Amino acid sequence: MSTLTISGDLAGALPVDRSTQNAPSGDCTSNPPAQAVKETMMEKSATPSAVESGTPLAEHLNALGRLVMPPVLGLLLLIGIWYVATLSGGAIPGPVKVWDAASVLFADPFYNNGPNDLGIGWNVLASLERVGIGFGLAALVGIPLGFMLGRFTFLANMINPIISLLRPVSPLAWLPIGLLVFQKADPAATWTIFICSIWPMIMNTAQGVQRVPQDYLNVARVLDLSEWKVVTKILFPAVLPYMLTGIRLSIGTAWLVIVAAEMLTGGVGIGFWVWDEWNNLKVEHIIIAIFIIGIVGLLLEQALILLAKKLTKESS
Amino acid sequence: MEKFVQIEKVGQTFETKKGKFVALRDIDLTLRQGEFVALIGHSGCGKSTLLNLIAGLTTPTTGVLLCDGREIAGPGPERAVVFQNHSLLPWLTCFENVYLAVERVFGQKEGKAKLKERTAAAISLVGLDHASSKYPHEISGGMKQRVGIARALSMEPKVLLMDEPFGALDALTRAKLQDELMKICEKTQATVVMVTHDVDEAVLLSDRIVMMTNGPAATIGEILEVNLPRPRARLELAHDAAYIDCRAAVLKFLYEKQAHVEKIAA
Ligand SMILES: Nc1ncnc2c1ncn2[C@@H]1O[C@H](COP(=O)(O)OP(=O)(O)OP(=O)(O)O)[C@@H](O)[C@H]1O
Ligand SMILES: [Mg+2]
Repeated sequence: MSTLTISGDLAGALPVDRSTQNAPSGDCTSNPPAQAVKETMMEKSATPSAVESGTPLAEHLNALGRLVMPPVLGLLLLIGIWYVATLSGGAIPGPVKVWDAASVLFADPFYNNGPNDLGIGWNVLASLERVGIGFGLAALVGIPLGFMLGRFTFLANMINPIISLLRPVSPLAWLPIGLLVFQKADPAATWTIFICSIWPMIMNTAQGVQRVPQDYLNVARVLDLSEWKVVTKILFPAVLPYMLTGIRLSIGTAWLVIVAAEMLTGGVGIGFWVWDEWNNLKVEHIIIAIFIIGIVGLLLEQALILLAKKLTKESS
Repeated sequence: MEKFVQIEKVGQTFETKKGKFVALRDIDLTLRQGEFVALIGHSGCGKSTLLNLIAGLTTPTTGVLLCDGREIAGPGPERAVVFQNHSLLPWLTCFENVYLAVERVFGQKEGKAKLKERTAAAISLVGLDHASSKYPHEISGGMKQRVGIARALSMEPKVLLMDEPFGALDALTRAKLQDELMKICEKTQATVVMVTHDVDEAVLLSDRIVMMTNGPAATIGEILEVNLPRPRARLELAHDAAYIDCRAAVLKFLYEKQAHVEKIAA
């Protein structure tokens, strides 16, 4: 109803608008058209705002839909295939059974029935702690080492062959060495994380240092800046994006490796939990663990991408 | 007059994928202290290459360069460079970019307040007070170039090396900075080498104009003495017979004797 009357008024307003434009030349404008102009002006001022508030919202929803729809569809497809595949029974439980088990599990993720029976939350936190320590130590060693390799060719030529030799070795091969040296499972797992996260950090940092634009280095040379100034004012900001890439790759690998390492070392942790549940033949729990590992990995990655965006925006 | 910068039998050869490329050969040039020299020549002839050699950023393949009696072994703040592509650090504000240089040169002797004062003075010299706290990506190309100039001037160098410093500027700003530069040079008695494509600029500012032949294997073609009294005023010079002669000589060199670049390009 209302839209009809507005469009009618607008249609009527058109000739009136023209007459007002001519008004200064011809002074014989009568009252009624002027009133009509006032009315249509009010109408006009009302209609655009209504339209404006309508379309962006719709557009927002549209954009959100376009963003969310494909992943949701993909996830539904995965669950659908899983459901159909497990319909006829077998060793792998279906989505419904897993969902039920998850509800029980997540009802109390932080229970504590002694060191051998901890809630799922504790296990995830224990793994994250190991990754955090191992990765942090790797960053502490790897980033400065990367800087030095990038800056001093002699050192790079000396160390690069060693890195090429050791990097392809599966981190798990280092586990026995860790066990031998530290005589304990926990630091051995951390050590494995350290080894696997250090390579991407060294290599990316070194590469970043080598790719610092010559122009910036020329500025440093003309000013004859001290090595400290070169590092803090030129190298570090220029290398930061590369460093963050290295950190992201490291965290990814570390999270991959921790599960395997914990399966071997035992104790508390998501990897060990998976192994424990396998021994108890609780396959639902293994599937839940797979989801948890995936989601935590995803969150770590996204958090670092966000951090990288924020830092590089500030520095450029 | 005293020889301040000496370039003796200098040649520069680059190793490229296609083999050796001789950029410069047989460059002989001596600069007096306080002299203003313009380097002019067609694009790609090796002007930046020569400037980098004087800066010490590169070492010559043959020959030797001396500054103040000592061999130029590397770059240093007494030979400031205004780079062709401004080369500001993108993560520092204009102020911080200049401050980095000021701090390096005067940081030993002077306090923070004095260093900041110097920085602000250099920035206001190029008329950028309002953009002082902006980042390079927030200002125009010409403004970036001016920050680059401010950075070099702030160091009060003995030798000022400028690679087309006013190339990206509009005519008005360019004229203003040229006048400013003349005043600064008179005051500081700095020795200046300035690469330029602009014949009027070369004649207005220089004591001598060094004209380079086309590359490859470029060398100095002619050197023109500009015997115009200082201080020079651009408006009066426009009708000065000596000025017009100098201008004609440079144009003749560029567009008659060294014209083949143009022909190839056309
Ligand atoms: N590092 C390098 N390696 C190989 N060739 C180079 C190198 N630097 C410069 N050249 C070559 O040397 C020649 C001179 O270069 P240069 O940059 O000095 O020219 P220019 O006179 O400054 O030109 P423009 O006026 O365009 O800035 C060019 O042919 C260039 O290709
Ligand atoms: Mg050049």
